[in-house]
Amino acid sequence: MNTKSMIGFAVSLSLAMVAVPSQAGDSGKDLDAKTAKIVKRDFRDKGIAKATRVNQDELQAACSKYVDKLPKKLKAKLEAKEAEAIQWPADGKFMGDWKAGEKLAQSGKGMTWSDKEEDPRGGNCYNCHQLSATEIAYGTIGPSLLHFGKERGYGEDIQRYAYARIYNAKAGNACANMPRFGHMGILTEAQMKDLVALLLDPESPVNK
Amino acid sequence: MNTNQICRAVMVLALSTSLTAVAEEKAVTDSERIEQYREMISDGNPAEFDEMRGEELWKTPGGPKNASLEKCDLGKGKGVVKGAYAEMPRYFKDTKKVQDLESRLLTCMTTLQGIPEEQITAKPFASTNKESDISSLTTYVVGQSKGMKMKVSTKHPKVKEAYEIGKRIFNYRAGPYDFACSTCHATSGVRIRMQDLPNMRSSKKDAQTAYTGWPAYRVSQGLTRSFQWRLNDCFRQQRFPEPKYASEATIALTTFLAVNANGAEYVGPGLKR
Repeated sequence: MNTKSMIGFAVSLSLAMVAVPSQAGDSGKDLDAKTAKIVKRDFRDKGIAKATRVNQDELQAACSKYVDKLPKKLKAKLEAKEAEAIQWPADGKFMGDWKAGEKLAQSGKGMTWSDKEEDPRGGNCYNCHQLSATEIAYGTIGPSLLHFGKERGYGEDIQRYAYARIYNAKAGNACANMPRFGHMGILTEAQMKDLVALLLDPESPVNK
Repeated sequence: MNTNQICRAVMVLALSTSLTAVAEEKAVTDSERIEQYREMISDGNPAEFDEMRGEELWKTPGGPKNASLEKCDLGKGKGVVKGAYAEMPRYFKDTKKVQDLESRLLTCMTTLQGIPEEQITAKPFASTNKESDISSLTTYVVGQSKGMKMKVSTKHPKVKEAYEIGKRIFNYRAGPYDFACSTCHATSGVRIRMQDLPNMRSSKKDAQTAYTGWPAYRVSQGLTRSFQWRLNDCFRQQRFPEPKYASEATIALTTFLAVNANGAEYVGPGLKR
């Protein structure tokens, strides 16, 4: 599978989700405005989670308004914009240390109001994905990533795809559930490379 | 140690033993084990201690006005507690607002008892060191709807509007992780780690089961938790800022979830991991 068909595959997967009617409409507009006003008023700073976090960027606002089912044109536009903002590693390398990646994947910590700014952040991967066969406590919101490299090959194309997907899953599917780990500054470049290695190092337990 | 604390200690011990067993028997999932555990102790939910504390608080004169809450109108007339929770949130003429149980108790505690609102909302949730009066009152009131059918009316336009706003808050994506309630609660049959997640957007059954099990005694915390607490901790994990206690946003979201649970038997106060 090349990068393009991989993205296509991921997109069609997420499109298979339940269809729900859009919230847009005549009276809907009023309610949207009212909701925005209420949300801005009724949330407050707590710890590192500042009230400004409820302010949506263009993508968050669109996915909320259309309940994750964007009109085709808007979807393509937003995805292109997200893809354009991906910052690729300066050294051109995508692979880090899979052992560090496994530790990151296990941790769901970081960025809640009960965390501190300096607390190490996790990748939250096992919350939603199956990865190593030995970890049975995995979530199922996202697809299984067991044998990720074994099934897809270990080439640079797929490394690049994995890095992009972790950096900004929305570049491939605008309203994906997955956070934008690079785009939103959740993880560092080195951490994202460690996660790529967890998926694509032949020695990683994901590929055993 | 009082009875409540002893009871908590026993419960936590029992659960940690059963969880250790889970680690050894991979065939039994956590949720199955917790379900077994629930059955095991189903004749005695520690939330009952909180219900009793709440009942005492309801009936005992208190606050600067030295009044009890027995004149508090929860929507079915002054002092009527039986079945009130199964019909909330609802519109109240005196406040001209849609209110959930906790915001309504707040109204009664401030107007009837004269307790300053900030005094209640500063720490509305119980902690290991300090019980919360409004939380215990909540436990008492919900217990008086046990076995009744959820019947939240959307006839009043303000309730209908709250439902619509609540639905929008359910789908509102924001914060560093782009999460909404719907990120985890709009697909059937999925879980986070080992925790099963109810689909509260499109599964009537899931929406009913999830809503009617709260408020609940949380074994891992040794505390009875209210619905406002439930929402508060969801937003924490969503990486959102904190929703203000009993705010319009939380009431709207509660209205959305409560209406979706209509028709189901209310079974709380529940028991959770």
